[in-house]
Amino acid sequence: MENVQIKFILNGEAVEVSAPPSLTLLKLLREKLGLTGSKPGCERGECGACTVLLDGDPVNSCLVLAPQVEGREVITIEGISDGEKLDPIQEAFISESAVQCGYCTPGMIISAKALLNRNPSPSRDEIKRAISGNLCRCTGYTKIIKAIEVCSASGAAVEE
Amino acid sequence: MQFEYTKAASIEEALDLLAAGGGEAKVIAGGTDLLVNIQEGLESPPALIDIGGIADLKGIEEKDGIIELGSLVTHAEVLGSELLREKAPVLVSACSEVGAVQIRYRATIGGNIATASPSGDTVPAFYVLGARVAIRGGEGEREIAIEDFFTGVKRTVLEPGELIVKIRFPGMPESARSFFKKLGQRKALAIAKVSVAGYLDFKDGLVEEARIALGAVATTVIRAEKAEEALKGKELSDEVIEEAGRLTTEASKAITDIRSNAEYRDEMAGLLLTRGLKDILKSLI
Repeated sequence: MENVQIKFILNGEAVEVSAPPSLTLLKLLREKLGLTGSKPGCERGECGACTVLLDGDPVNSCLVLAPQVEGREVITIEGISDGEKLDPIQEAFISESAVQCGYCTPGMIISAKALLNRNPSPSRDEIKRAISGNLCRCTGYTKIIKAIEVCSASGAAVEE
Repeated sequence: MQFEYTKAASIEEALDLLAAGGGEAKVIAGGTDLLVNIQEGLESPPALIDIGGIADLKGIEEKDGIIELGSLVTHAEVLGSELLREKAPVLVSACSEVGAVQIRYRATIGGNIATASPSGDTVPAFYVLGARVAIRGGEGEREIAIEDFFTGVKRTVLEPGELIVKIRFPGMPESARSFFKKLGQRKALAIAKVSVAGYLDFKDGLVEEARIALGAVATTVIRAEKAEEALKGKELSDEVIEEAGRLTTEASKAITDIRSNAEYRDEMAGLLLTRGLKDILKSLI
């Protein structure tokens, strides 16, 4: 199986990589590009630990093939902060202690970010639906939901 | 995972690649079913043809009262469509139950149909909408009623070398009401234990047309025809609804498997139907 050349925008920068077409986006990010923030969990689209934004939509990177991102824009957890300056949703997860073991956190934050980009003032029900594809095995949902509410209420989540 | 991978730029190119693949090549769009199957070793196609970039397979349109969905329309696109919320709310409701957010942005309606699972959420909705599936192959296009598309669990009339290109159905008239009810282990990411789609059209306060489709209770989605007949010509009432529920339980041919057992599924099919019809009754007042 021959490698394919893949060009796409990753966290705001153009990248070009050579990879086997069967490589998932998750593995491309973690194993070829050194971005290990997106986590492998179930690797069958049920846990959401690997969630990234693809053209602004939250998707499971374990169920996207590397060549399927050709010409598209991918944003990972590494791409939402501005250097040392964290994104407001990251700040809210810290201030609300919405992290226990931390494994689900990158995916949770990306799902929350996708929600707030579209809907800066979601209801509690809308928040629950938005993270329904992200499992937290520590079951820390209450604080995760609170963090998203706090971020929303601060008005900081409005897309620049 | 090992396979050849080719992107098709047009329907014609996809058909050529399928023909060249000699029945072994598989089409990939959203990949939310196929990649799970491949990773779990349930299938191992030597070649994948990526149809995700074919513009002719995208888009939601309405022409002369007929709504046409490209097979690549995602569940999220259905949820976001004003046209479908107004003229096919049963489909919107079904799509909202598929997987979770991340799956709905990738999974396509063509894929939900092609997968041919009796528990596929959009399928009962397409049944009651009277949808037809447009298929392209080497011989040109053919169109087939969705109820004739499935021949068994994960089996369809799709021949090797053929591709689902469109799904077409009439938009619902203002006088019609519909519902989709699903019972799963949890609200998100659950495969249906049983699902029920219903469609009623009214004339002069009486049920003129009734369509009921049951998911996950037989080898394909099935219609509950006796329950439909019991509704036609009647004024919707608690008694009429109870009788339709009883006939729906009778029509259910569920089996016991890892997700649920047969008796419970049959009972719930009837119960979900009565709940849906009661919602409709309330909406009429």
